[in-house]
Amino acid sequence: MPTINVDKYALFEELGENFTADGFQDLCFDFGIELDKDTEDDPSRPKDQAPELAIEIPANRYDMLCFEGIAMHLNIFRGKHATPNYKLVDIPESKMQSITVTKETAEVRPYVAGAILRNLKFTEASYQSFIGLQDKLHQNLARQRTLVSIGTHDLDTIMGPFTYEALPPKDIVFKPLNQTKEMNGEELMAFYEADKHLGKFLHIIKDKPVYPVIFDANRVVCSLPPIINGDHSKITLNTTNVFIEITATDQTKLDIVCNIMVAMFSKYCEEQFTIEPVKIISEHNDCTRITPSLASRTMDVEVDYINQCCGLEQSPATICKLLSKMAYDAKPSEDPKFIKVTVPSTRADVLHACDVMEDVAIAYGFNNLPRTTPNKSSTIGKPLMINKLTDIVRNECAMAGWVEVMPLILCSHEENFKWLNREDDGKTVIRLANPKTLEYQVVRTSLLPGLLKTIRENKAVRLPLMITEAADVAFKDETVERRARNERHWAAAYCGKTTGFEVIHGLLDRVLSMLRIAFITHEEGLAGKSFDFVVKENPTREDGYFIAEINEPTFFDGRAAAIYLRLGGKVQRIGEFGVLHPSVLEKYDLKYPVSVLEINLEVFL
Amino acid sequence: MAPPGNTSTEDLTSEILHALSNADPILSSETFAQIPFEGLKAALDRLSARSMVAYEQVEREDAYLEPEAEVIVSHGSHEARVFEAVRKMNGLSIQDLETEIGDKTVTKLGQGKAFREKWIKKDGNKLVPLVDSVQDITRDQLRVIKEKRTHDPKIVADLKKRKLLRMQKNISFKITKGAKYALEMVKEETDLTAEMLSSGSWKTAAFKPYNFKALGAEQHAGALHPLAKVRTEFRQIFFEMGFTEMPTSQYVESGFWNFDALFVPQQHPARDLQDTFYISDPKTAGRPGPESPEDKRDYEEYIENVKQVHQNGKFGSIGYRYPWSEEESLKLVLRTHTTSVSAAMLYKLAALKGPDGRPPPARYFSIDRVFRNETVDATHLCEFHQVEGVIADYGLSLGGLMEFMEIFFTKMGVTDLKFKPAYNPYTEPSMEIFCFHKGLNKIIEIGNSGMFRPEMLESMGLPKDLRVFGFGLSLERPTMIKYGISNIRELLGHGVDLGNIRKNPAVRLDKN
Repeated sequence: MPTINVDKYALFEELGENFTADGFQDLCFDFGIELDKDTEDDPSRPKDQAPELAIEIPANRYDMLCFEGIAMHLNIFRGKHATPNYKLVDIPESKMQSITVTKETAEVRPYVAGAILRNLKFTEASYQSFIGLQDKLHQNLARQRTLVSIGTHDLDTIMGPFTYEALPPKDIVFKPLNQTKEMNGEELMAFYEADKHLGKFLHIIKDKPVYPVIFDANRVVCSLPPIINGDHSKITLNTTNVFIEITATDQTKLDIVCNIMVAMFSKYCEEQFTIEPVKIISEHNDCTRITPSLASRTMDVEVDYINQCCGLEQSPATICKLLSKMAYDAKPSEDPKFIKVTVPSTRADVLHACDVMEDVAIAYGFNNLPRTTPNKSSTIGKPLMINKLTDIVRNECAMAGWVEVMPLILCSHEENFKWLNREDDGKTVIRLANPKTLEYQVVRTSLLPGLLKTIRENKAVRLPLMITEAADVAFKDETVERRARNERHWAAAYCGKTTGFEVIHGLLDRVLSMLRIAFITHEEGLAGKSFDFVVKENPTREDGYFIAEINEPTFFDGRAAAIYLRLGGKVQRIGEFGVLHPSVLEKYDLKYPVSVLEINLEVFL
Repeated sequence: MAPPGNTSTEDLTSEILHALSNADPILSSETFAQIPFEGLKAALDRLSARSMVAYEQVEREDAYLEPEAEVIVSHGSHEARVFEAVRKMNGLSIQDLETEIGDKTVTKLGQGKAFREKWIKKDGNKLVPLVDSVQDITRDQLRVIKEKRTHDPKIVADLKKRKLLRMQKNISFKITKGAKYALEMVKEETDLTAEMLSSGSWKTAAFKPYNFKALGAEQHAGALHPLAKVRTEFRQIFFEMGFTEMPTSQYVESGFWNFDALFVPQQHPARDLQDTFYISDPKTAGRPGPESPEDKRDYEEYIENVKQVHQNGKFGSIGYRYPWSEEESLKLVLRTHTTSVSAAMLYKLAALKGPDGRPPPARYFSIDRVFRNETVDATHLCEFHQVEGVIADYGLSLGGLMEFMEIFFTKMGVTDLKFKPAYNPYTEPSMEIFCFHKGLNKIIEIGNSGMFRPEMLESMGLPKDLRVFGFGLSLERPTMIKYGISNIRELLGHGVDLGNIRKNPAVRLDKN
């Protein structure tokens, strides 16, 4: 959520009320913004600085990203003002300023809009707010200028008609804002490469064959969007006529930004809330139009829908009155089932009747809404089978004296493979594309790394350590939609002065017997015959598990076994247990022998 | 007498009993001066527990000789040594005196004192005795102190001033006969045994008293993880309230299920590389499609609805009006919330037919791991558990949602909730849930709730009047508050202290 810092006293003056701390907090709470900080009593605030309020704004309320917007909406909410009626100056198209768009812009940043604020008087505070709003819009809705960027100019230093073109970087030569030297597009990229503020925007156009540029009638470069304006037309505190040009890759967001910029600051124009439009001539992509649109939208919203969702029984007239507190213009319609709601152009967050319904609830007060029983229909609870099974295993382990741990699911590639003396066959592990550290490179395919790291971090705890985890690992799986699947595993690790191999073995026997899986002895003699052979010979033999020695580099020679399960005549390997190889211990920085066990639990479902 | 230090408690108790037959009371500082404190105390406790002796502890400051004092005890005081040398030779020069005594300091100090005491005088360049013999008082006093560790307080103070003594606090015991005093201890049994029962010897045997002040034997107990214990409590609450557990065994999700299906636009900041883990291998999901041959849902229609509702608007919504990209929706991510699973469940619900031919009301929940590409600190990990609940029914209202949350949280011992308007791309209205925290003396956020947006539900084919509540909270936060843990890394992950897992008490959320 964006946070806006505003001058506390100025805001309270604008609101016409000197709120107590709790009073203002409550107002914010009810309206749905959040008072994050008040520097009034902050000892680190310089004496000559007015106290500030840091206010968090919901991420979709672009119309509250500045002091003016916050003050206006709180005043409307408190019934102090009506919603302003924004107007375009009525001038014939032939007299309008215009921006002509060339078709090359389609290759880099296809859309543009413009607007003019006439006879505007900035104060230091409103000037800062004007700059601040552009920053906030750039950061949020405009996604770091990738979607939209705003340029503002002193109209008295330039002359229309304007053009919006796209030219090879070398052909764009101008003096960037606050610089003394002229440079071309290529030089500009190099110049700002290390710039803390602008450097991060260069990538948006850097490698494009042409860069977007706005010229005035005399070929003065107004701006090179989305990077920087020209120094020639820069605005100052004394600027009275502001030319706003906005370029974009997303047309919807272009219009939102344009409407919000002019709505917030037309307040300071001599003729309040009046904006001079700009004609955009863009024939090649059918975007010739007059901007800003400032078009409000009318919706017919069902009265019953609002009342039912809110649990209210309000008349259309009362609902309309509530909506006026949220900056709508709403009227009962001829059909008493509906109200006509006019959504102002600044409320870009309103997409559906549900947004209007929410605003009725906010205006009424969430905490004033009548409470009703939540039990409309009865439903029957049910656990997930795999979790029920896992709980049996977890509880049996705890009853047998083992301690449950909960390590992370993400780990490094080495921990998952090399440190366990295991190979990555490229078909198993899920790799992350953008982790911030090496700790999180892959999704674990085994529970062992987490258990071993837990032992490593518990050197001070008295031996033996007996820990266990029953949780998911995940594997690549090309056969399913998400190309990956989880698998529920159960693992345990014993760390002591001796290996505890037989203790781990005993835990396996105990848990499997609790799962009603019997141990199959080797009486019939498996020597020289495969397990498959045994199954084929006697497919009706009872279900059960058996173990057989394996020789795998994770384990110490002669101290490891695979665990096989036979269910319904089918034999499969479900896991293994053994004494870890000393080289594994060394990688994990473990000084004592460790025995481990890991099996797939899903086979018992 | 056994050598000190090697005396076993058994021998020592016998010695104490014998000593008491000769004198009562006895002072341990005199009778058992060589026995270490702990051993003596153990023996006395053993005897006093059986009322054979009574004792009280005496704290006393003892005087110990400094090295210089030890020299005085063995060779005499400086002045006495000087006098003795002069007397023996019947007069000698100062140089000879120094040679005779062999210590310059002793000679110098002793000479002065001997003059003041008028034991010697100067006769020419010789020193001669004035008396026949002297009494070496300092040496006598120190000898007494060496033996008794104390003396007349004035003398002790004087010697202390002369830096001949150092003081040390000692604890000793004053021991008297107890009510059941006897010369010998009866042999005692430590425990009732099967042999005693069969032989009947328990009837006459004396039993060693049990120490009721100590803890019992350690249990070598297994233990469940505190997060899992809180999870169990939450699951219990959900079951009580008729919720079905959702299948969340799916860490990897497509952008479609994690975001698009939830009406999160493709340019939403939550989809940034900064916030979401993308998968490099495997990279791309398959198009959403039937899970099995029995799955007859029209996925193509669903995908098209999602596209339309984002791109052009549909179901009464104007949509976000941007070009929706299928490619973007098929990027694989680690799920950032379990709501992706809720979305899949609701899409399944849309295909179910209740008795009236419409999707039946349902309640779903899950508690499972989610992933965020966070910078790790004391309160943030890249992984945490999300507790999530979904209620789908006809004619639901916000008042019902708030009342439900009140009942749900009351089961956790949290009451008097306040609801704050908030923004969430897939719920409208969205309500943040707050409660007053007594310890922090302020209201704190404890969860999120709302009604899923029609754009999300109607795209799935759910009827317009079926409303769906969603709510969620993290599992870690209430657990950290419950157990007073301030660093999440000590709770989730390998940084946990195994000793703490063992010690964490049972969770009774409704209890406090």
